[in-house]
Amino acid sequence: MQLKQLVNISAALAAASCALLGQQAQAGTVLDDWQFNSAILLYNETDRVSAAEGVFTARGDFGDDKFLNLGLVVDALTGASATGAVAQPYVQSFTRPSGRGSYDVAAGDTPLDDTFHDTRVQLDASWEQPLAPNWRVSGGGHVSKEYDYLSLGLNGSVARDFNQKNTTVSLGLAYSHDTISPEGGIASAFAPMLLRRDFADDDSYQAAFAATRDRADDTKDTLDVLLGLTQVINRDWLMQFNYSLSVADGYMTDPFKLVSVVNSNGVVQQNLYESRPDKRTKHSLFWQNKLHLSGTFLDASYRYMWDDWELSSHTADVKWRLPMGEQWYVEPQFRYYQQSAAEFYLPFLQQDEPIPQFASADYRIGKMSAYTLGAKFGTKLAAGNELSFRIAMYQQTPENDGVVAPGVLAGVELYEKVTAVMAQVSYSF
Amino acid sequence: MKPTKILSGTLLVLMFAQLSACSSLGVKPWERDMLAKDEMALNNAPLDNRLDDHIYFSKEGSSGGRSFAGGGCGCN
Repeated sequence: MQLKQLVNISAALAAASCALLGQQAQAGTVLDDWQFNSAILLYNETDRVSAAEGVFTARGDFGDDKFLNLGLVVDALTGASATGAVAQPYVQSFTRPSGRGSYDVAAGDTPLDDTFHDTRVQLDASWEQPLAPNWRVSGGGHVSKEYDYLSLGLNGSVARDFNQKNTTVSLGLAYSHDTISPEGGIASAFAPMLLRRDFADDDSYQAAFAATRDRADDTKDTLDVLLGLTQVINRDWLMQFNYSLSVADGYMTDPFKLVSVVNSNGVVQQNLYESRPDKRTKHSLFWQNKLHLSGTFLDASYRYMWDDWELSSHTADVKWRLPMGEQWYVEPQFRYYQQSAAEFYLPFLQQDEPIPQFASADYRIGKMSAYTLGAKFGTKLAAGNELSFRIAMYQQTPENDGVVAPGVLAGVELYEKVTAVMAQVSYSF
Repeated sequence: MKPTKILSGTLLVLMFAQLSACSSLGVKPWERDMLAKDEMALNNAPLDNRLDDHIYFSKEGSSGGRSFAGGGCGCN
């Protein structure tokens, strides 16, 4: 009843506004002011994670340089993820993060938790408009929800043009508040991973498992500041410099990751839940160039990032768009990434050494290099619509940061490469 | 002097000469034909960048640079 009334009211309002504007009530007239972008990405790692991600964005032109941006992202992950525990020359058993059930890892294999799956939905919106001549402002927010994770965020930015709009200086601020409620709760720092088979009955196992849990959920607050400078160099060259600062405070441990404790012969004695600091300050410098080179378009960027976890990284990214005839283009893409290890990254802990304050064996914060090689093919369709396909290969090569592997660990792979293939289809209309 | 040193020195001199030659960087409003093209926009493939940022955020120890670095998902 209420819904019907609402529909009637909106129909009446729509008719009235159309009459006022002297326009016909046609969907086309409204949609003409909107630009839609959509994309579907499939990501598949060999023997590990598979993901599908769909993005849909809409940009509404409200006249006088005012725009409303809306976004929807849905992604689904499934597959196996490295736990951080080391491979052994014999079969190993692990308890699932929930504490219910276990799985075995074959001799010589990097331990992967194959119960990894999640679905995420994100909604975001932002509004941008001029504030005064040469000034623009924007403000927005996001909500992102996963089974065990919720992120809420707000952001705003202000930009000022100088020098006949050849120079733009901008300042952006973003704040997000995240809550994580992992399956099975949050383990205490370095709590041991218990195995059901070591207990006489379910009750004693459940009681011991519960004792390793500290709390059901935790939070993380992140404040980002982004300072930007955009400069037109000449008719064919545009450049951007960004400095960004990101200060995070809260739970940054991965609740599913383990660190193995090994004896002098490299044999695992115990697996402990990892522990990371609850503060992290990241800085990055980003430099991007857009160049028009005799009918082709080059996008080349470089980023240097460093933080107080002592992780620093270099990222170089090049995309070169080559028009093929009137409608088509092909764009080879290459990205190279290299990072140093966080100071508390350790591939394993030694039994005869004291447990450090923080430790993580997550290869994603270890020493690593990675590259992505891909190509995008696109075509312009009627009415300014565009269809494109992108395919890329991504390979991560974790590296040993000077750690000597004792005993049996010398005979297993501790730094396994990860190879992924990405395929994407995009349509803009 | 090594040839590479001479080459990089020459390149540097050329770059500075290039920069100082234009007393003010930039173009006149009627020279924006190429810069106005979609291909020349800094973020001309926003969805590609968005998807890439999400993947690399989940798989590497760095994030941000082009845009904000923080929050958003539990994938890291």
